[in-house]
Amino acid sequence: MTTEIQRIVFSESMKLADLIDVNFKLLNVLSRMGIGLGFGENTIQEVCARQGINLNSFLLICNIYTYDDYIPSAELLSGADPVTIVEYLHNSHSFYLDKEFAGLEKNLKSMVEPCSEKQKKIVARFFEDYKTQVEKHFSYEEEVVFPYVRALKEGRHQASYTIDQFEENHSNIDETLGDLKNIVMKYLPETCDTVMRNEALYRIYRLGEDLEKHTIIEDSVLIPMVNRMEA
Amino acid sequence: MMKTSHRKVLLIIPSQIVARGIEAVLAEHGEFRVEGILTDLSHASEARLRNMDADVIIIDPVVFDYVSRMTGRSRIAEHSDAAVVALKTIPMEEEQTRHYDAVISMYDDPVAVVKKLRESLAAREETPESEGHDLSQREKEILVCVAKGMLNKEIADHYNISIHTVITHRKNITRKTGIKTVAGLTVYALLNNLIDSNSIDF
Repeated sequence: MTTEIQRIVFSESMKLADLIDVNFKLLNVLSRMGIGLGFGENTIQEVCARQGINLNSFLLICNIYTYDDYIPSAELLSGADPVTIVEYLHNSHSFYLDKEFAGLEKNLKSMVEPCSEKQKKIVARFFEDYKTQVEKHFSYEEEVVFPYVRALKEGRHQASYTIDQFEENHSNIDETLGDLKNIVMKYLPETCDTVMRNEALYRIYRLGEDLEKHTIIEDSVLIPMVNRMEA
Repeated sequence: MMKTSHRKVLLIIPSQIVARGIEAVLAEHGEFRVEGILTDLSHASEARLRNMDADVIIIDPVVFDYVSRMTGRSRIAEHSDAAVVALKTIPMEEEQTRHYDAVISMYDDPVAVVKKLRESLAAREETPESEGHDLSQREKEILVCVAKGMLNKEIADHYNISIHTVITHRKNITRKTGIKTVAGLTVYALLNNLIDSNSIDF
């Protein structure tokens, strides 16, 4: 991605519209941050102030989302707000579960329309298992990790838990999505419509990339921030 | 494997200075030639890793973050059969280094480096070869067993082969199909009519 996108350091004085021009995928980030469209010529700083969004947190997320090799500075990390990050991650979860998965499920369904009943069942079952796996993973974060971070921010340190226990294992989830991609691309019968198949593939690739960024935000932003607060 | 005049080396090293230094050192010797340099292990890099067919990969383990450093070696194995040599740029625990076929240090002289690369290749020779892109008959059989939920030990007993061989077959199956999970392999087997959906718990 770094080769395609001209390297521009995002700053608070940048117009929000220009930010999106640099990386249109940040549209996802805006909606998860509760920023609607129609922001005219407003700068990042102005929009964040109006929406009550922590500026550093917003810049951090946009940078990670855009540049593969971005490493947040200690300064930016200490200026960012963990609760904003948690809020973003939580909204991302809802987005995946409510929007992306529903959309992908629809894509897959129409794609396997010409297949045999048995084949339909096989694909549906595989996707169902994937969804369950992801939901289980998200619910741990929603029920344990996020409340812990919010409590910590309010000065309540639960001695029984530290963020180091948040030993993430996303690899299974990534692998299953990768398998789905390979199945759709390489192994479904030729009777499946190519356009539908492409639609499903685009969605899987986009989702994979999005989830990858999601993991990076957890591992390289949230965990180091919370480590500092625990210290 | 066909004998060629030189062995292909792929570098996965973030530092351009170090990468070019190694390239120059190996060029002087002629036996190994650097044919590609990657600075990270992004998805794009993984694709090149699969396509390059390198004999030896020299990797600076700093490309993995601390948590994944332990399993870094096996991540390479998913994409390439090459011998993997760690380039020690930072202190590494023995637990991390022993997964590699060899370890070279920044301070090794050129002769020692070439020697270690040779040793790493020798260490790789014994593993079962798997030519081509299509699954072999044996690989299909093993795939069916995996799809049916059999454990490596059970598969090994069934075919009277070692567990190590079963694992190598499974790695080759994953490398060829790109499919990593048991659920995914089951779907593959069903779609390709290698098994009947009645024969598995479905």
